[in-house]
Amino acid sequence: MVTADRGLFAALSRVCPDVREATEDDAITGVIPSWTAAPATAAEAAALMRLAAHHDLAVTARGAGTKLDWGNPPRRADLLVDLGNLDGILEHQAGDLVVRVQPGVRLDPLARILAEQGQQLALDDPVGGATVGGTISTAVCGPRRLRYGAPRDLLIGVTTVLADGTITRSGGKVIKNVAGYDLGKLFTGAFGTLGLVVEAVFRLHPLPAACAWLILNPADRATAVSAMRTLLHSQAAPSAIEWDSAQGPPEVAALFEGGAAESRAAALRRSLGDGRTSDRPPPWWGTHPDGTLIEVRFPVGRFSEVLGEIDEAARDHAVAARTRGGFGLLHVGVSEDPADAPDTAAFIMRIRGNLAALGGVVIVRRAAGAVRDRVDVWGPGGAVRLMRRVKERFDPQGLLSPGRLVGGV
Amino acid sequence: MADRLGELARRFTGLLGSDSVITDPVRLRTYECDGLTVHRTTPGLVVLPTTAEQIAAVVTECVRTRTPYVARGSGTGLSGGALPRGDGVLIVTTRMRRVLEIDVVGRRAVVEPGVTNLAITQAALPHGYYYAPDPSSQQVCSIGGNLAENSGGAHCLKYGFTVNHVLAAEIVTPDGEIVTLDALDPGYDLLGAFVGSEGTLGIATKTTVRLTRLPEKVKTLLAAFESTEAGGRAVSAVIGAGIVPAAIEMMDALAIEAAEASVRCEYPPGAGAVLIVELDGPEEEVAAEYAQVVDLCSEAFEIRIAADDVERAAIWKGRKSAFAAVGRISPAYIVQDGVVPRTALPEVLARIDALSAEYGCRVANVFHAGDGNLHPLVLFDDADPRAGARAEELSGAILDLCVRHGGSITGEHGVGVDKSRYMPRMFSEDDLDAMHRLRCAFDPWNLCNPGKIFPTPRLCGEVPGVRRGVHPLVASGEAELW
Ligand SMILES: Cc1cc2nc3c(=O)[nH]c(=O)nc-3n(C[C@H](O)[C@H](O)[C@H](O)COP(=O)(O)OP(=O)(O)OC[C@H]3O[C@@H](n4cnc5c(N)ncnc54)[C@H](O)[C@@H]3O)c2cc1C
Repeated sequence: MVTADRGLFAALSRVCPDVREATEDDAITGVIPSWTAAPATAAEAAALMRLAAHHDLAVTARGAGTKLDWGNPPRRADLLVDLGNLDGILEHQAGDLVVRVQPGVRLDPLARILAEQGQQLALDDPVGGATVGGTISTAVCGPRRLRYGAPRDLLIGVTTVLADGTITRSGGKVIKNVAGYDLGKLFTGAFGTLGLVVEAVFRLHPLPAACAWLILNPADRATAVSAMRTLLHSQAAPSAIEWDSAQGPPEVAALFEGGAAESRAAALRRSLGDGRTSDRPPPWWGTHPDGTLIEVRFPVGRFSEVLGEIDEAARDHAVAARTRGGFGLLHVGVSEDPADAPDTAAFIMRIRGNLAALGGVVIVRRAAGAVRDRVDVWGPGGAVRLMRRVKERFDPQGLLSPGRLVGGV
Repeated sequence: MADRLGELARRFTGLLGSDSVITDPVRLRTYECDGLTVHRTTPGLVVLPTTAEQIAAVVTECVRTRTPYVARGSGTGLSGGALPRGDGVLIVTTRMRRVLEIDVVGRRAVVEPGVTNLAITQAALPHGYYYAPDPSSQQVCSIGGNLAENSGGAHCLKYGFTVNHVLAAEIVTPDGEIVTLDALDPGYDLLGAFVGSEGTLGIATKTTVRLTRLPEKVKTLLAAFESTEAGGRAVSAVIGAGIVPAAIEMMDALAIEAAEASVRCEYPPGAGAVLIVELDGPEEEVAAEYAQVVDLCSEAFEIRIAADDVERAAIWKGRKSAFAAVGRISPAYIVQDGVVPRTALPEVLARIDALSAEYGCRVANVFHAGDGNLHPLVLFDDADPRAGARAEELSGAILDLCVRHGGSITGEHGVGVDKSRYMPRMFSEDDLDAMHRLRCAFDPWNLCNPGKIFPTPRLCGEVPGVRRGVHPLVASGEAELW
């Protein structure tokens, strides 16, 4: 360590005792920062940010690190701020169906605690082990988005540390609230490029009295899609409808929650003339396929065309594409063998190009360098110029995970 | 200024045609206020565009000449959000009323900004679908206004607000560009931030909304209680049982009295409070929950059940007319909109009673009980010159009460000009500064609906590295630099 660095290290430890030199385990998409600091309080996180701004240190935030290999490598990374120690459940007002938590709280233990009061934070955790902070920042969602929405729909208040160390809050603790801009929306999907989320308030839902899955094994893709459409448009109100071809022959499963879940599932089984009901989901439910992971988002009505495009592109590029997901969101798993990277890249560019015409968006999530070298993981993005302007206002020095997001933001 | 507006009027006539530009003072005056009539300003100029390109051209001209502009939909807003500028342009969307697409398979509709909320539902109904957010003003209010205010409705407890139903919006940005904000795009949720920004981040020119499948069964009941406390206990019991009704609305005795006087809703006589509970969804589920709800309303002295749509409408009639009905029992009134955590309702209602006695103003309470969104109606006699100020004060004290209980100064009507002064009671200077950064990212010139939301005029500093001289308003001491 050079002398200047030693001075910085000392300065960092003064504001946050839990600081150490970073290791390979702290790599952000392959970039190893100089230090890792784990603040014990929001105030420590703010002090770290002030110091970072003063010394022009680039900062990346980490929750549980389950998606630290998503996005672009940051252009610079000096300090990794590990929010894992900020893991308190600050307030659970069961009567108000609201919970206030720190960012390092993991979804799994949180679910157990809320379940004691018959409640849930209705967010899925497809990768497993995620924190609420990471879930907000990556805007990850799973099967139940159909009923409950994405993280942005359940986040009702947020406290953040901005790049200059200011602590700010927007939203609140009530579900209904239109006072001021809802900055929580900006922070969902921001990949830590606007500030550190140090506290979040979520809307909760009651745990359903019962859950039942209707599981179908359609003969082919057309039958599957038609069954899924029937489910989507039925008045039996399924909470999730998912498709899987990653395990072998296509399987379709739909979740029914609440009163008469089982008999609603059974009624649809009868009208579809196929399938079985179960009180458990199929093993693939709510997970991502293995391998290089590609996320495809598209308008609900385009499901069949999107599946068709993926299949066709896979055939043409000799890629074994395993798809899982449902209306509006599919994940595709393909080989991670470095030797296949050129084909994988060609496949990605092909579906990105073709799906754009259907309003679809293709994002590479987990991929080796050999793939990343060949394709832009984010694709062109939407209102990138506006995003850039937001970034400039919130982080004028460009310190927060610079370049990690779409368009080099 | 008159010169500048005159020049703009000529340019806009060239761009939009003469029948789309209003300069006649009498006609201009019809746009002087929105639903909150205490704030009035005659706009400098009104334009009635028909396309996004026209709006972009108007905005571009406004930016070039540094002229402030305000978007207006149907003008039903209740916070003065569409209050025009005497030195500016009002851009009215009432000629953009086409439903462009109803895509049943994709469960979505694409509409122009002036389309009314109800028109979307009407277009979707034949297909078994509807547009879920249902503000009471839905027959009139525009989807553009709904986006700007993130409007809710009686059924948003279960189905969410506008923001949860908007899939994409084409907007004209404050620099005159046409940009689409799409929920599918990666990165910052700019669409989510735009919704609820009260017309300060741009003008929505086309919106894609989600359509919701009609429920298989709807069951509506009206329960009459001795008091709001007893009604409140029933609400807590229902929510505590894990039931999420489509709607759960309460009215107190004074609100009921007003509704009786106005629409003769014939609610059970002698009720201290009525509760309207609506359940919807799959038939079997609704049947089970309905039995539970009836049990949980054990303190009610009368329960009525709507047997059909006509009876359902009769139950809702009193509730839906409540705001206007108050006009029957009081010469003037203020419609307040505040939120408290639902569990704080009993305490807050008791405190509102006490405040009402203290200020000598009657307060009628109508509220979305499921999510703690209160609409206290503060009654006063505008013939008494001091009564208005007293009512105003009481109305403000109720907001303080909401904030003290961890709630909000507005649940659905927005901040606008009306509540900007209350923003510092809920947010710190740093919080407001952070919000202002977003505004500056979109509108560095502060021309797009200026003077709304933020309590004090704020200017956008240049993005560091491109700072040039001192802003004239700073130099003259009229504004601080942020
Ligand atoms: C009787 C009555 C009942 C009401 N009930 C409810 C209710 O139940 N729930 C509820 O939430 N509200 C309610 N409201 C309030 C009001 O109807 C809503 O806020 C509505 O969304 C306003 O729509 P509008 O078209 O009238 O907008 P306007 O009043 O014209 O404008 C409102 C705001 O939107 C902006 N705006 C308008 N069009 C656009 C656009 N295209 N792009 C960007 N900004 C735009 C304006 O600048 C302004 O800031 C009620 C009002 C009345 C009078």
